Formats: sequence, C-alpha cells, structure tokens
Amino acid sequence: MKDPDSFLLPRIDRWPARLDLLQSASGLFLGLFMWLHMLFVSSILLGNDAMWAVARFFEGYFFFGSPLPWLVSAFVATVFALFVTHAWLALRKFPTHWGQHMAYLRLMRAMHHEDTILWFAQVITGFAMFFLAPVHLYLMLTHPELIGPYESADRVWSGRMWPLYLVLLFLVELHGGIGLYRLAVKWGDFKDAIAARRRLKRLKWSLTVFFLVLGLTTLAAYLKLGMEHAPRVGEPYVPTWQRAAS
Amino acid sequence: MTASRTLTFHVFRHNPRDPDSVPGVRDYQVEEAPGMTLFIALTRIREEFDPGLSFDFVCRAGVCGSCAMLINGRPGLACRSLTGELPADISLFPLPGFELIADLSVNTGKWMRAMSERLQAWVHAAGEVNLNEIEIAMDPELAESIYELDRCIECGCCVAACGSAQMRPDFVGAVGLNKLARFRLDPRDDRSDAEYYQLIGDDSGIFGCMSLLGCQDVCPKELSLQTQIAFMRRAMARQGL
Ligand code: HEM
Ligand code: SF4
Ligand code: SF4
Ligand code: FES
Repeated sequence: MKDPDSFLLPRIDRWPARLDLLQSASGLFLGLFMWLHMLFVSSILLGNDAMWAVARFFEGYFFFGSPLPWLVSAFVATVFALFVTHAWLALRKFPTHWGQHMAYLRLMRAMHHEDTILWFAQVITGFAMFFLAPVHLYLMLTHPELIGPYESADRVWSGRMWPLYLVLLFLVELHGGIGLYRLAVKWGDFKDAIAARRRLKRLKWSLTVFFLVLGLTTLAAYLKLGMEHAPRVGEPYVPTWQRAAS
Repeated sequence: MTASRTLTFHVFRHNPRDPDSVPGVRDYQVEEAPGMTLFIALTRIREEFDPGLSFDFVCRAGVCGSCAMLINGRPGLACRSLTGELPADISLFPLPGFELIADLSVNTGKWMRAMSERLQAWVHAAGEVNLNEIEIAMDPELAESIYELDRCIECGCCVAACGSAQMRPDFVGAVGLNKLARFRLDPRDDRSDAEYYQLIGDDSGIFGCMSLLGCQDVCPKELSLQTQIAFMRRAMARQGL
C-alpha cells in the first residue's frame, strides 16, 4: 500500500490520459473496421465475380493493372498492431486476481444491471479473441493472395476454418457493438443523456443483430461454395469476363 | 392497494464488535400496510421482533443519505423505497465497500471524508478572501447548475453500484468525480485543469471509470452522473495531449 503521506512529484504524468485515449481510439478503429470488413466479405452474396473484384480492389489491381497482395499484408500488419495495442491496454482493466472476479460477479448477480453485465461480456469475448483472432490474422498476413471466392471458400470448408470463423463472428460482433456503444456514453456530450443512451442502446442491438444475420448468411454461402468446390480444392477463381477472353 | 400481502424480509445480521456474532441472514414476516416504506417496515421489525436490529435513519425523506442499503441486491434509500413496488420477498444487506457498523448500518461518513480529503473537495481560492466585501454576484444559471450537482447526499449508492469501485477499493467513485465537476464549474475555485488532473488523472480517478453507469442508474437524487463523468473525462484527457 502507498503511504498517503509519501512525497508526490509535482510533475503531472500525462500517460494515464494518453492510454485512455489510445484504448478508445484503437477500439473505435477496430470496431468500425470490423463492420466494414463484414460488408466486404459479404460481397460473396452478390456473386463470385463481385467478391473477386472486392478482393482484387484491395490489392490495387484496378490502379496498377496487376494485383499487389503485399498491400493487403501491410494493412493486416497495421490491424494486428492495433489489435495487440488495444488488448494490451485492455489488460489494465481486466479483473486480475480472484478477489476482483468475485467482487465483480457478486455485483453482477445482485444488481441485474445491463451495462454492468455487458462489460463482463466484453472481458470474456475480448479474452477469447486473444487466442482466436491471431489465427485468422496470421493467415491473412502470410497468404494475402489467397483471398477470393474459391480460395476463401476452400479455406472455410476444406481448410476447416469455419468453426473458428463462426465463433469469431459472435465474439467480434458482441464485443465491438458493446464497445462502440460504450465509447459513445463514455465520451459523448448529450443534451438529454438518458434519452440518448436509450436510443444508442437500441441502435447498438439492432446493428449487432444485423451484422450477426449478415455474417451467418455469408458464412453459409462460403460453406456451400466450399463444399461444391471441394473436389477441385486449390484451384483459383477466374472471373467470368476473363474466362470468356481466354 | 388490494388485499394486503405478508412480506418476508431476509435481513443481514452481524455485529463485528461482538466476538460471538456470526454473519447470517434472519427472516421476519411483516403485514404490508398502505404506503409502507422500508423505513416503516424496519421500525416495525425492531419494535415487534428484534430490538437489537441496527439500521440508520435520520431524515426519513431522502435528504440525509444515511439509510442507503442493498434492496434485493440494488443500492437504494430505504426511506424512499415503497414496499408496494417490491416483490413480497425482500432481501436487505448493508452497502458493500464501507465499514460495517452492525447489521444494515455502515460508516459511509468515514469513506466520504477520506475521499473528500483526497480530492480536496472544497473551494480553493487563489488569493485571500476578504470577508468584509460583498461577494461578486454569480450568474443565476451557473448558480443553478452548481446547486444541481451539490444535491448529492453522499449516500454511497453510486459506489456500491459501481463495478470499478468494487474491484478497486482506491477508486473515488462517481460521488468523487461529481464533486470535482462541481468545483470545476465554480468561478470561486481557482484551480486549473492541470491541478484537477493531479487529483484524478489516473486509474483511481477518472480513467478508472469504465462507463458501466451503475451509478447513474441508482443515484437516488438522479444526478446527471453520466454527463458529469464524460465532461471530466474530456477535460482530463485534454491534459494528455
Ligand atoms: C485480444 C482482443 C481484445 C481484448 C482483450 C479486448 C478487451 C477489451 C476490454 C476489456 C475493453 C473495455 C475497456 C474499458 O472499459 O476501458 C475493450 C473495449 C473496447 N474494445 Fe476491445 N478487446 C479486444 C479486441 C477488440 C476488437 C477486435 C475490437 C473490434 C471489434 C474491439 C473493440 C473495442 C471497443 C470499441 C472498446 C471500447 C473502448 C473504450 O471503452 O474505451 N476490441 N476491449
Ligand atoms: S452521487 Fe448520487 S448515489 Fe452517489 S453519493 Fe451522491 S446522491 Fe448518492
Ligand atoms: S460510470 Fe460505472 S465505472 Fe464509472 S463511476 Fe459510474 S458505475 Fe463506476
Ligand atoms: S433517512 Fe435520510 S435519506 Fe433516508
């Protein structure tokens, strides 16, 4: 324990403020990125050609005339770094010893208070992502060229990644949705804070349901494609118009 | 009210100063009366069943803040809680995180005093105040908003409802953050944001709050704690830039 009469340096330590800002900024980026990511991935629902075009777009194909997969690697590395930073900052908030777990669980069981429960859901989903998200991130980092309708569907089905993706979908959507809601109430300046919070809560749940349904539909589409393509696993996708040309 | 109910109270009993006392829960049955508050019910229990039961009341009107307890797990003021709004089974526990005096009585005063001293929760004027001069008039709207935050009765509900405070005993709680928000508004307090940052610029202060808003949802005075905490957070975060 710190002696309250111990000498305090008169200098102020700006880091706690910076770390809090960085926690929120990294969470904001990751949360918004995951929503966009879901939209890009779900392009498979519009057809194989659409998904192929989205994947090549991020490799700069339409700017440079040929795909540059290292662009994707570089972006994945950035996301990975932010992910590690965010998780490291979140460790400051984790209940670390048993007494803290018990204190929090006792409060949660007694109070039946939604936001208190949601924070604990964030801790659990965040903790699980520690272990599960790097598997996916590493694959994208090392094999950025293997993103495409057949390539991804093969990974989902023949590569047996679908159970991981199914779990990650729920982890990310729950954690990110709660996190973005929390960001709003944490920093926001509202005229009527109570009404704003009620509206934000409703918006948060609607978006979570929307992205879960979209995610499950998308995963089902990749599963179906992956099963159909299993006999020719490994064959890359060629878009319809290039097939006609060759 | 329709046919009167028989209420069953499950009340925490323990006197830490009595070496023979074992912490436990005692049940009492009380006939519900119209307009009954927990204060009335507890007084009846003490008169009819258990003269040794300890609990605190002073104003019986939600002004003094001494009767806060866990009512079916949620912090609230016993004098302001109508039994009619509760189920027939009611559990009453002392507020967690404060020194237990006995049964439902806790020493919130000791906690509040330590917090106030640590946060230096009083007006800090830069110069000497001349008591013979007429005070500079304050804008009525500003006076109103300071008064609004001064309505805190230091009942401790926000501390008992806060996950951060329960996990980290050194956290100053919404009550502490609200106090500094109040002095920051006050033109008679000459402290700068850098000085407030010295007091709450770490995880025992503003950055320890995880925005769970339990405080906002239980505060019996309905203070705008979410708004005040976000306001202090923005001001203190600016110190980090
Ligand atoms: C190892 C992975 C992760 C862990 C351990 C983790 C953990 C946490 C924890 C415990 C919080 C609460 C922090 C606080 O109350 O101040 C939090 C906040 C947040 N997280 Fe994560 N998280 C992880 C990954 C992610 C990912 C992938 C996203 C994006 C979907 C994300 C988005 C957010 C957001 C938006 C917040 C709110 C930030 C704030 O309150 O300041 N997190 N995270
Ligand atoms: S802020 Fe509200 S809940 Fe907290 S001590 Fe003051 S009156 Fe009680
Ligand atoms: S918002 Fe939550 S963490 Fe912050 S003081 Fe209130 S209850 Fe505690
Ligand atoms: S007795 Fe004073 S607030 Fe309840």
